[in-house]
Amino acid sequence: MEPFRTLTSLAMPLDRTNIDTDQIIPKQFLKRIERTGYGDFLFFDWRQTPSGEPVADFVLNDPRYDGSRILIANKNFACGSSREHAAWALSDYGFRVVIAPTFADIFFSNAGKNGIVLARLTQDEVETLLQNAQQIPNYQLTVSLEAQTVTDGRGFTASFEIDPFRKFCLLEGLDDIGLTLRHAAALDTFEAAHDTATWLQAK
Amino acid sequence: MSTEPKTLFEKVWEQHVVVEPKGEPTLLYVDLQLVHEVTSPQAFEGLRLAGRKVRRPDRTIATVDHNVPTTIEGRLNIVDQISAKQISTLRKNCADFGVELYDVNSREQGIVHVIGPELGITKPGMTIVCGDSHTSTHGAFGALAFGIGTSEVEHVLATQTLPQSKPKTFRIAVEGELPNGVTAKDIILAIIGKIGTDGATGSVIEYAGSAIRALSMEGRMTVCNMSIEAGARAGMIAPDATTFAYLQGRRFSPKGADWDKAVAEWSKLPSDPGAKFDRELMIDAATLVPYVSWGTSPGMVAPVTARVPDPAAASNELDRKSFERALEYMDLKAGTPLDEIEVDRVFIGSCTNGRIEDLRAAARIAAGRKVSGHVSAMVVPGSQQVKAQAEKEGLDRIFREAGFDWREPGCSMCLGMNPDILSPGERCASTSNRNFEGRQGRGGRTHLVSPEMAAAAAIAGHFVDIRTWEVREEVTA
Repeated sequence: MEPFRTLTSLAMPLDRTNIDTDQIIPKQFLKRIERTGYGDFLFFDWRQTPSGEPVADFVLNDPRYDGSRILIANKNFACGSSREHAAWALSDYGFRVVIAPTFADIFFSNAGKNGIVLARLTQDEVETLLQNAQQIPNYQLTVSLEAQTVTDGRGFTASFEIDPFRKFCLLEGLDDIGLTLRHAAALDTFEAAHDTATWLQAK
Repeated sequence: MSTEPKTLFEKVWEQHVVVEPKGEPTLLYVDLQLVHEVTSPQAFEGLRLAGRKVRRPDRTIATVDHNVPTTIEGRLNIVDQISAKQISTLRKNCADFGVELYDVNSREQGIVHVIGPELGITKPGMTIVCGDSHTSTHGAFGALAFGIGTSEVEHVLATQTLPQSKPKTFRIAVEGELPNGVTAKDIILAIIGKIGTDGATGSVIEYAGSAIRALSMEGRMTVCNMSIEAGARAGMIAPDATTFAYLQGRRFSPKGADWDKAVAEWSKLPSDPGAKFDRELMIDAATLVPYVSWGTSPGMVAPVTARVPDPAAASNELDRKSFERALEYMDLKAGTPLDEIEVDRVFIGSCTNGRIEDLRAAARIAAGRKVSGHVSAMVVPGSQQVKAQAEKEGLDRIFREAGFDWREPGCSMCLGMNPDILSPGERCASTSNRNFEGRQGRGGRTHLVSPEMAAAAAIAGHFVDIRTWEVREEVTA
């Protein structure tokens, strides 16, 4: 996982609430057995008409936002299906940060595993950023994970909360399995005792 | 031991804490991982690349459900080569890593959340995970069960644990008696409509109250299944005599002295009197009615007797915009009575409503009637065992005579990863769990309802208030 410290990038506004992971990556792309190559399918049904023409008024097709690595969305972002393909598609497309008032729980985990920083700001702050990104040409944001801030260099400053351990993992680009294996001895001990609970055995 | 009263969730959580490292999430032990073809290939590949094994193959089971076609011909020759490869990849992964697989031809194949309980693999007090958000279904047994992503699937395969931050607790009590025609599905649709699709984010819901206690295990599973649609991490129901009666004698349920021991342990799980929840909500069962979803989010539901809401009447600007967008996608006009909305397709099945009791309920409505001429309707049993039981009871005959397609088990048109999809513009009454844009097929329009309401819509050709339905033939098992 690529470490994340600070990123300055063009910000893309996607002003919709309850964006579900079915929209982020539709089902037909879940049949692949690879972990990469999902970027072209990000928001597929919103990006293309059924005949394959680009949907002109969809923000991903707007050349003003080409190269953006920060997505701003409205509340309850990435609800629904647990598909990690949603995080893979966002990451593959180039997004390293999503800013929203709230995120769904499973996506929250999946994003962390893929080095995507989720900055939870207040509803008012997000509304301001959505408006700025729509109205101000080449609207850039700087997201500092170390300082836990989002700034625009024009006077907008907001801070976001993040669990210290999650922050540490994102800053260092650490993979979870290796971290868990530090507790191998404790796990062996726990498991040996736990296995005696016959009422909790699968088979 | 602390004598502080504890919730069901806290008891299960505490029994699975491996270690609580300072400043880090709790490392939680996982009793059971369920695996399917769609969210596991990258996880097994990750194990291979790192030279890791599956730590506990005996605590891991796999089946194929998401992709599999639901016709016999379709299963014999899976035309979609990418789906076929995903299924053969699961076969190879299970063989290489020693994981038991309930394959397409197994008599125990089915939707992962249907077969876990019916095989007695799901048990009260367990921690259960699966790379599928509807893992919350298993919470009906008093298990802590939740959906995870593929990286976490790999983590559990390798370590049988997951680092987890402790969620909050949310008790929803449904008290009183459900009116006739009002089902478990209506309970959960009402709850989501009330608290919203992010109403329980970060929380584990415990469903309680006399109306929940009165539900069968099938009904409890329907309620817990859609916890995720309210944003919850999981949903749970305390195990009781109904739970134990369901589990007794199932293939992997404890036997003999182990059974007695298990019941004694499971009986300790219900929340203690006076246990504190972070949040509580009470719902009067008598106020519940049959619901129909009208929009593109499971929170967009209304009583079948209501009209499509007017976005202008939304309480805030955010809702107004999303209502407008939803009505446009659904091709509905504000003010249209819901029971005048005509449907083209009907889907009865899924991990929400694909169990035997659901099929019995739908068959009772359909018996002695015919599917409307302009409707195409299908019934997809949740598992081979459900299918076999339904056929033993003659439900397949009732459905076929009424004009429903009777299919092989799988997730099918709940998410349309197999050939069962809506065509653009088609409108479907569905017993599944999500009415998202394109969920059942690009451009398709989904209305979530109970099995009874879906069967009635198939016959009438439009939504009907099931409370007014006249049953023509009683169906007896």
